Amino acid sequence: MREIYLDNSATTKVIPEAVEAMLEACQIKYGNPSSLHGKGIEAEKIIRETRERIAGFLNCSSKEIFFTSGGTEANNWAVFKAAEKLKRFGKHIITTSIEHSSVLEPIKELEGRGFEVTYLSPSKEGIISLEELKRELRPDTILVSIMHANNETGALQPVFEAAEIIKNISHRAFFHVDAVQSFGKVNIDLKKERGIDFLSISAHKIHGPKGIGALFIREGLNISPFLLGGEQEGKMRAGTENLPGIAGFGAALKGLENNVEAHWEKIKELKERFVRGIKDGIRDVIINGPLDNRALPHIVNVSFPGVKGEVLVHFLEQWGIYISTGSACHSRGGSVSHVLKAMGLKREALEGAVRVSFSALNSQEEVDFAVEKFREAVEELRSL
Amino acid sequence: MSGVILVRYGEIGLKGKNRIYFERMLINNIRRSLGDLQGIEVTREHGRLYVKHEDQPGKVIERLRRVFGIVSLSPARVVLLDMEAVKKGALDEVKDNLRSGDTFKVETKRANKKFPYQSPEINSMVGEYILKNIEGLKVDVKNPLYTVKIEIRENSAYIYSTSYLAPGGLPVGATGKGGLMISGGIDSPVAGWLAMKRGVEIIGIHFHSFPFTSERSKEKVVELCRVLATYGGPIKLFVVPFTRLQSEIKKNCPEKFYVTIMRRMMFRIAQKIALREGCTVLFTGENLGQVASQTLESMAVIERVVDMPVLRPLITMDKLEIIEKAKEIGTYDISIEPYEDCCTLFVPKHPATKPRLDEVEKAEENVSDYEVLVEEAVEKAESILVAPKEGVL
Ligand SMILES: Cc1ncc(COP(=O)(O)O)c(C=O)c1O
Repeated sequence: MREIYLDNSATTKVIPEAVEAMLEACQIKYGNPSSLHGKGIEAEKIIRETRERIAGFLNCSSKEIFFTSGGTEANNWAVFKAAEKLKRFGKHIITTSIEHSSVLEPIKELEGRGFEVTYLSPSKEGIISLEELKRELRPDTILVSIMHANNETGALQPVFEAAEIIKNISHRAFFHVDAVQSFGKVNIDLKKERGIDFLSISAHKIHGPKGIGALFIREGLNISPFLLGGEQEGKMRAGTENLPGIAGFGAALKGLENNVEAHWEKIKELKERFVRGIKDGIRDVIINGPLDNRALPHIVNVSFPGVKGEVLVHFLEQWGIYISTGSACHSRGGSVSHVLKAMGLKREALEGAVRVSFSALNSQEEVDFAVEKFREAVEELRSL
Repeated sequence: MSGVILVRYGEIGLKGKNRIYFERMLINNIRRSLGDLQGIEVTREHGRLYVKHEDQPGKVIERLRRVFGIVSLSPARVVLLDMEAVKKGALDEVKDNLRSGDTFKVETKRANKKFPYQSPEINSMVGEYILKNIEGLKVDVKNPLYTVKIEIRENSAYIYSTSYLAPGGLPVGATGKGGLMISGGIDSPVAGWLAMKRGVEIIGIHFHSFPFTSERSKEKVVELCRVLATYGGPIKLFVVPFTRLQSEIKKNCPEKFYVTIMRRMMFRIAQKIALREGCTVLFTGENLGQVASQTLESMAVIERVVDMPVLRPLITMDKLEIIEKAKEIGTYDISIEPYEDCCTLFVPKHPATKPRLDEVEKAEENVSDYEVLVEEAVEKAESILVAPKEGVL
């Protein structure tokens, strides 16, 4: 059966170049980067190259990039260690109610340890308000964590403006940005955005492997290590490096180099074609989140009242079309999405929400086929 | 490592002329259950089985505790028929388990009357030997902390001190073959386990409504069968595509009869598969009065469509009792994983709790050609041979 993978914000297919790089790191350049001999040096070079490539992408120093096991670990590191570092100056944290659970859960844990947390709420379109941020910043605010793009709606948050506001009002608070979804789709210039102190990224959203990501930590912040027990990552994150992962990450990034804008345009066209298609072909369609450039080009969240998201997902599956309900992480838990709930969606739209997310590997023809099948599925399901 | 496990079987010893047949079945089931382990030998002597092995005793015991027909078992030391050897063996048996201040007794059974000492003599000789070698112990024949058991048999003596309970029942396969209608819920796996306990070999019949239910809900049923298979060996599972019939029912029948008619279709399909597989009965996890389809009236109307007896091992159990059992046998945690299964999606708001047969039959006629759809579902059922889950044993 043909396979039309439209769940690219959950994860992406690994491109052949990345697979090759990983194979090479497993079978040829398999040394331990810490070893003194040539095999070690060969491996170390892979790590250095990927680190520099990431730094180039973000326009920061390679000394500011620390590999992690993915976005989740990067978020945990940033939240816990930033709070620990500044807790003697205050115990107030600001975040949003639409963060990924790998930010929300660590912050909840801190709440239990006596930190006070303010959750910024999104508009109907899923975007937080800078005015609210301004109002909530206090002298004892020590950490602000706002995601760059939401994983369920694609809505871009005004993090660059937020960075300025935070630095103007509070001289102390750290600012963390979860850029797992936006990395590789939107250019981020960390030399320019000096107000961002931490930034999380992950390889498997950009056609790299799972289980590898990185945290940017601005130089000079003096943050404590996340894992102890070795010299790796400048003693900040001990443990023999995930060499195949890092090699794959590097190769995936290479595919994106000088290509971010072109990518954006291509994917955006696919999404627009899809949205036009379902709006024309199906009655009663609700798009959850912005459709213009205030959202990532590849994610669209849509509800078909009267149709349960979970059923639609499985229905499309029989034609090899893969999409998601809510976000991959809690779509298994059986509860409704905290993001869409925070946006104030009505019950029917909530239960019916599905997320369709494209990548540059999709074609227009695939989109047309998907639209047709969406139409068939929704019609059939509404007739039952 | 080598050892012997003494296996006691109760009920099947009493079955008169069937006894040989049951014992052979039990031995076969034990061999199957231990098939992949090292150096297994099963022998029978005087209404007991002795399982010799060269594997980790813990593993062998855990496996045997899941073989129906076994009542209890004890890992034993085997020594020569010689008084010195018996004394030493008994001392080894207690050495690691008793400390100064503890009380114990020795209990001997002498089946081999040729052995030169009588049971009371053996008890006191062994007791004295132990007292002499471990300081601070006391004999207490009324209420000892610890009992060392010695059995003097034909060719050797067996010494043991621990017994493990096993589920009892009858060897799987000894009483026949039945089709278990299994969902992903809590009840039906327990019903299957109880059927197996009474010696029934089961096949699973599961109704799958893809895409209304996910691949994962099917995986869940496979997983449940994997657990059941740790008790009775590999299980043949039939996954029946049910979507077509379900949609037709939903489109053509009054809402209040969805469930009744759906279950009637399931029973029709189940019986056909069961017959083909050589089963003589159907088992279900139904239990009185929990939901609309489980009232006595509903069951009567549903059961009408089959000739096979429909057995419901859980019929008198409370939900809490079923949950307890499910936890005990290891299916509960799998059953409560939250994937929608086919019933939840087609649940009417006001199901008929006392459906009338004539009304249901009339409503059912609105599903045109349902015999054809039933036949098609039987034909298209996917069969999976489910092996026992590893890592639980
Ligand atoms: C916004 C966001 N943050 C963090 C993560 C977690 O990243 P990872 O899967 O690499 O742990 C994800 C995706 O899973 C995400 O979408």
